[in-house]
Amino acid sequence: MRSERGHRAPRALSLAAIAGLLFLHVPLLLIFLYAFTTEEKSYQFPPPGLTLKWFGAAWERQDIWNALWLSVKVASIATAIALVLGTCAAAAVSRARFFGHDYISLLFILPIALPGIITGIALRSAFNIMDFDFSFWTIVLGHATFCIVVVYNNALARFRRTAGSLIEASMDLGADGFQTFRYVVLPNIGSALLAGGMLAFALSFDEVIVTTFTAGQQSTLPIWMLTELIRPRQRPVTNVVAIFVIAVTFIPILFAYYLTRDGEHVAGGGK
Amino acid sequence: MTSAVSFQHVSRHFGPVRAVDDVVLDIAPGEFFAMLGPSGSGKTTCLRLVAGFEQPTSGHIEIFGETAEGLPPYRRNVNTVFQDYALFPHMNILDNVAYGLMVKGMPRRTRETKARDALDLVELKGFEARRPSQLSGGQRQRVALARALVNEPKVLLLDEPLGALDLKLREQMQVELKTLQRNLGITFVFVTHDQSEALSMADRVAIFNNGKIVQVGAPKDIYERPRTRFVADFVGSSNVLPPDFTQRTGGPGKWVSLRPEKITIAAGGMKPGSHAVEATVTSVHYQGAVTRVNTEAAGQAIAVSAPSSFGAVNIGDIVTLQWPADAFHAMEDEA
Amino acid sequence: MTDTAAGTVHDRHGGLLRRISDTLFRHPHLLLTLLIAPPLLWLGIVYLGSLLALLAQSFFSIDEFSGMVKREFTLSTYAELLNLANVDVILRSLVMAVAVTLAAALIAFPIAYYAARYARGRWKAFFYLAVMLPLWSSYLVRVYAWKLILAKEGIITWLADKLYITWALDAILALPVIGGPSLSISYIGTFLVFLYVWLPYMILPTQAALERVPANLLEASADLGAVPRQTFWTVIFPLALPGLIAGSIFTFSLTLGDYIIPQIVGTSTYFLGQAVYTLQGTAGNIPLAAAFTVVPIVIMGIYLSIAKRMGAFDAL
Ligand SMILES: Nc1ncnc2c1ncn2[C@@H]1O[C@H](COP(=O)(O)OP(=O)(O)OP(=O)(O)O)[C@@H](O)[C@H]1O
Ligand SMILES: [Mg+2]
Repeated sequence: MRSERGHRAPRALSLAAIAGLLFLHVPLLLIFLYAFTTEEKSYQFPPPGLTLKWFGAAWERQDIWNALWLSVKVASIATAIALVLGTCAAAAVSRARFFGHDYISLLFILPIALPGIITGIALRSAFNIMDFDFSFWTIVLGHATFCIVVVYNNALARFRRTAGSLIEASMDLGADGFQTFRYVVLPNIGSALLAGGMLAFALSFDEVIVTTFTAGQQSTLPIWMLTELIRPRQRPVTNVVAIFVIAVTFIPILFAYYLTRDGEHVAGGGK
Repeated sequence: MTSAVSFQHVSRHFGPVRAVDDVVLDIAPGEFFAMLGPSGSGKTTCLRLVAGFEQPTSGHIEIFGETAEGLPPYRRNVNTVFQDYALFPHMNILDNVAYGLMVKGMPRRTRETKARDALDLVELKGFEARRPSQLSGGQRQRVALARALVNEPKVLLLDEPLGALDLKLREQMQVELKTLQRNLGITFVFVTHDQSEALSMADRVAIFNNGKIVQVGAPKDIYERPRTRFVADFVGSSNVLPPDFTQRTGGPGKWVSLRPEKITIAAGGMKPGSHAVEATVTSVHYQGAVTRVNTEAAGQAIAVSAPSSFGAVNIGDIVTLQWPADAFHAMEDEA
Repeated sequence: MTDTAAGTVHDRHGGLLRRISDTLFRHPHLLLTLLIAPPLLWLGIVYLGSLLALLAQSFFSIDEFSGMVKREFTLSTYAELLNLANVDVILRSLVMAVAVTLAAALIAFPIAYYAARYARGRWKAFFYLAVMLPLWSSYLVRVYAWKLILAKEGIITWLADKLYITWALDAILALPVIGGPSLSISYIGTFLVFLYVWLPYMILPTQAALERVPANLLEASADLGAVPRQTFWTVIFPLALPGLIAGSIFTFSLTLGDYIIPQIVGTSTYFLGQAVYTLQGTAGNIPLAAAFTVVPIVIMGIYLSIAKRMGAFDAL
């Protein structure tokens, strides 16, 4: 065991850790508070009064519903593509140490290691050059590109932990490659794929920078929020949507955590 | 009669490593065949060639007279008990055992009945619903065995199946495996590190070294008539004596092996005569029924295994070692 | 013994899938190729292709009169990139990225260290989720939260007022360069928001790297007579370094490329991301925008190759 019972952290360390966590969370709490404020023009603190009316107002806004629906569609399809491509890549990389194996990992990391604006502008100018119309599919294309790595990381970690002898045992017992995939490989990597898929969904659902460049006239939920932030109509409605977004992304993260927590980390992905 | 498994000048190289090197071998149907050899000598690779996980670099393999090359594992009527058992962690014991039958498309009812019978055979009734992680090492080993046997393979490959078990369980499983094999009449190819295991269970033993088979034969042959110094050394702990030593004691003037238990020990100095030497006791190890006495005679270490009843000797005693005239077994020279 | 087909020991039949499976088994490289080709093509063509096409455009220029892109090779766009105003933007962004990265490492380390070394069971889960939640909850929401905090009528002003330290706040805002009319219109504000938004990216890999430090290594170090401070600098820190570097890849790169944060919280001067955004958008100067993106690509290229050599990829 790493530390015995009674082996306590130094006080300064605990304080620094707690302060750090507060720094991360207090601002999020404020989002909640401002969803109930009666003041709709400025960011006055403390709020002059509290009300529930913004929840109703948000419910009535058709533009929010449209944006939400678009976001869900984009995230679902981008996640599905990322699941297929990420799993294939992880399977190949875990099976064999071939030449350039490191470069493949690098290539997959690149879309999240380079600033999102580069991915966005590169895709946009490529679409322009090829005379692609900006549409639902151009958004999906952009999102899938950076979602692959999340699935890839999760699947690869699990492939590496799954003993190769299980696959051999299955073939030894008479299962061909497809049967082995269905009855042995898939059940063993399933939870990692689910976790990777959920993270990819959350990532896509929240993506704003790449979307700005690859969307035409459509607006996903984050784009809607960005517009509202710059040119607000009813400020607290933005907060209501923000709370909703936090809730929607938190649930898959929680699931992903519990699916993969035994011994491995949910690989961090970025924008 | 066709062999169960036939290796015809089979080699398997991994780059510069000759894991299996020009092996010629015939295993008879129904035989309990053991492969014995030091680590890295190519035993596992041989099994994997039979199972179909490896393809020979050169040479030819037949299983019951049919060419095996190019046949994927799932098409071979051969099953393996893996060293780490490789039980499917996401299935219960019953599903593990029924797996081979399931992928062949056998209806659930039939395959579960058969799987239960197989579990019965390895005395694991009542464990059907457990997960592999809820079993002990010995129990897992038996599940792995049942999972292979239920497919009624022509050849069963076992890669150090008892390696992870403690001594008592190991001895018990040795007896059970042997009985099972005799009753089922399946050809067993059994890999082990443990020479006493190989000698006690197998009909024939192959001794591996550096990817080659050094000697194949019945356990008694191998034990008593090792072909080379390596075999004498590896199988049991024979005294391997050099030509000049054997010449002086009336031997053939070649490398010989001299079994420790063939030597008698007597207190006091040298009596005249051949097949005897004067020696100094260097250590004494009481081992229950026998006592092992290590001695040194003219710079040559000689171990003696004597009945513990022979009387006490102490370190530093001068003793006389004697052996029957036919106790020397001459061996071929090795490169 | 059941012979599966008359006269044969082995199973030699089966449908199409089995035959495909046979082929793939006999040609493992074919299987590997089939698996790796689709993702490789996707990223190689869609992503790298676009990236290269973008870079190629940095060698074109804008026709001064028509405002159209002239598709001829020229280095004039790069010359333009080096003029004073543009270099100013690049330097400002770099300084900001470095500052954010260092500050993030400083704040992240205690959290990561505590979570890796002292948190157990439930607490460990709590720490992990406490870091993951802000990481994955909406980026915009978090930026927005800081607008609420930093605005002139926002919380900080209110808090300073209540604590009677408005003078201190005013003093900070009066600082040259980094100050401003309010926190939400100053470099301090921009810096705080960057720091806040990218902090989790630093914590997670650092924690992962620290988790991998075996406890017995620390005991061995203590055993050999190292005082805690020595253990920290000679054992823990070097082992945590790949994690910190992996984290800094994100904080650095994300800061360099972001154009939304400085737009919402900050002064009217441009950062690199904003410059690119404006150039490709309203200005329609794709060549110069492309030349600008070369800067972070080159910096990140150098950074990634150093990180790779230090084994930081395993910590990602
Ligand atoms: N896939 C492989 N690639 C490269 N070398 C290999 C491979 N498999 C086996 N070898 C090498 O071939 C040699 C024989 O290995 P093998 O596993 O057959 O030995 P073994 O007799 O089973 O040893 P042990 O008793 O330790 O299990 C070893 O030197 C091993 O390193
Ligand atoms: Mg082996």
